[in-house]
Amino acid sequence: MTNHTLSVTVENRPGVLTRVATLFRRRGYNIDSLTVGTTESIGVSRMTIVVQGDDTVMEQVIKQLYKLVDVIKVIDITNEESVDRELVLIKVKADNNVRAEIVQIVDIFRARIVDIGRNSLIIEATGDQRKIDALEDSFRPFGIIELVRTGKMAMIRGTSEDTKKR
Amino acid sequence: MKLKGAEILMHCLEKEGVDVVFGYPGGAVLPIYDALYDSKIRHILARHEQGAVHAADGYARASGKVGVCIATSGPGATNLVTGIATAYMDSIPMVCLTGQVASSLIGKDAFQEADITGITLPITKHNYQLERTEDLAKMIKEAFYIARTNRPGPVVVDLPKDLMAKMIEFEDNDEEVAIRGYRVMKGVNSGQIVNAAEMINQAQRPVIYAGGGVIASGGATELKEMAEKCRIPVTTTLMGMGAFPGNSYLSLGMLGMHGTRYANYAIGECDVLIAVGVRFDDRVTGKLETFAPNAKIIHMDIDAAEIGKNVSVDVPIVGDVKEALKSLLPRLQAKEELGEWHQIISRWKDEFPLRYGKPSEGRIMPQHIVEKIYDLTQGDAIITTEVGQNQMWAAQYYQYRHPRSFISSGGLGTMGYGFPAAIGAKIACPDKTVIDIAGDGSIQMNIQELGTAVQYKIPVIICILNNQYLGMVRQWQELFHEGRYSFTDMSHQPDFVKLAEAYGAVGMRVNRTEEVERALLEALQVTDRPVIIDFQVEREAGVYPMVAPGESLLNMLGGDLDD
Repeated sequence: MTNHTLSVTVENRPGVLTRVATLFRRRGYNIDSLTVGTTESIGVSRMTIVVQGDDTVMEQVIKQLYKLVDVIKVIDITNEESVDRELVLIKVKADNNVRAEIVQIVDIFRARIVDIGRNSLIIEATGDQRKIDALEDSFRPFGIIELVRTGKMAMIRGTSEDTKKR
Repeated sequence: MKLKGAEILMHCLEKEGVDVVFGYPGGAVLPIYDALYDSKIRHILARHEQGAVHAADGYARASGKVGVCIATSGPGATNLVTGIATAYMDSIPMVCLTGQVASSLIGKDAFQEADITGITLPITKHNYQLERTEDLAKMIKEAFYIARTNRPGPVVVDLPKDLMAKMIEFEDNDEEVAIRGYRVMKGVNSGQIVNAAEMINQAQRPVIYAGGGVIASGGATELKEMAEKCRIPVTTTLMGMGAFPGNSYLSLGMLGMHGTRYANYAIGECDVLIAVGVRFDDRVTGKLETFAPNAKIIHMDIDAAEIGKNVSVDVPIVGDVKEALKSLLPRLQAKEELGEWHQIISRWKDEFPLRYGKPSEGRIMPQHIVEKIYDLTQGDAIITTEVGQNQMWAAQYYQYRHPRSFISSGGLGTMGYGFPAAIGAKIACPDKTVIDIAGDGSIQMNIQELGTAVQYKIPVIICILNNQYLGMVRQWQELFHEGRYSFTDMSHQPDFVKLAEAYGAVGMRVNRTEEVERALLEALQVTDRPVIIDFQVEREAGVYPMVAPGESLLNMLGGDLDD
């Protein structure tokens, strides 16, 4: 069982997310994360889905996705040269004694402080999943009050012509 | 031209070649029914929406066209659900039009509101809810296109009431359907065809395993040509009955849980398995590890997702089965001699024929009734079935010779399917004899459709194999639950003869073997109403041979000469 990242281009219509989610639920596939948003083309959305499964499962996942009329294209980008990013918001306990230390960590990770409360800070960061994991670990000793991650989104490097040359 | 939504709908249906719809009116579909009143399209009024949807399904299976049904919002729509799931599991092209509450009320828990697109998401090939009357014509065109192309299936179109009543400027166009995420499969991979041909030409003990995909693609002629050219024995699934002539010397009958011993043994011994339009269902394969253990597998199917789903395949051929067979045929070497493989098979056929015992006094063997139906109809009737023992006996003891002559709920196993499906089939093929082989349990699930059949003078024959049991469940209780017949005794039942007569149908009761033929002949003479024949059959007759669920196909119970 390995993690696979699928880039799924879909029609931007009501119910498309439900169709995809229902498919995964019904066939018993495990979604680790799913992000969805609009793209450069009008009427087209892109989902980045991280799924667990071996090659046989992944083959089925992709074939079943293609059977959905609203799904336009599915690419398994797990082994492609790609850039992936995730955004996180972390609310961390921060009294005067530790603020300086927290600011240091924020600098190291090139994260940003986006809100200052009396006893807490909200930190925003983007990066690949490993960076976000590391960031989370670093703040845990201070006490994480709330944390929300978007899940991974990804894009293949270069243009399609570059890809062909490779 | 100014038209109401519902009028545009009628126009679109006519353009799709729809000549009959099966339905049931209600509040949310009043505008649609108002337009239907003036339409050329024939409407068959069912007595329950489930009757309408199964009839549309039976019509589709018998004719090869898209079946159409209409139901109102809320309970009307939810009553379609079993029928939609039935069609989905068996890949039957159908368009179900459901009424919906007015757009402004959607999501407000309005009277008779149900989220039918949400409910049918996992049991439709696709579904739609109309948002603007302007989109209606395109939506209907797409719905029919999706329902009938590639692997067929049911499509639901949900139509809010206000949008059907709304008048808009409408101009028809002949634009082709273009859907970004849906392309019709064309052609087959020639490399894989070459590989398949080579494998078949070298095979010593080949078997063809053919299913519903052969019928859906219209590829039965090509299948027969291939089997006869290379002298390859053919076994069919339940859905594939009629895809290959059951009376051919190459026919092995059905395989799987209630297949013939010789079909299952042939699967066990074959060196090349040619799987055509099938999906390796658990009722067919039994224990997967022991299914065709010595065979290289060629799998042809239009649905790429079926290939490699349950078994790994040596030669995958994705595409229309008829096309695939057509390109395969010229590459196959004709065989003149039958050879050793056929000797082995005919030995099995001699040793393990389908067989059954003798009835007790006042009872008939159910298998005998099916055989008699075959004799009297010369194998030319359309047989529909309910689900359970009646369905398996109908598959085992009638030799189907033509595609679309066996109509049965295979995948979902829907009790109550056979009778409404028979009505739909008879409307599709008025010149054919249509017989529903039923059980006393199943028939009671949609018996109200007698009203429909009588109203429209539809002469279908219902043969109830009446054992006063839910026979298949009883059989499993006998075999796997120490004979504890928990709630499967159905001896409290109506007088089916009187019931038929109450509806204006013909009713007969038969409890002696000698009377079976006379009753059937009499029923075959009736041309203006349905007939129910209540056959009192041997109560604890079983369906054999049988593979217990999850067992190997080679490990069959019953049906040999020792029992």
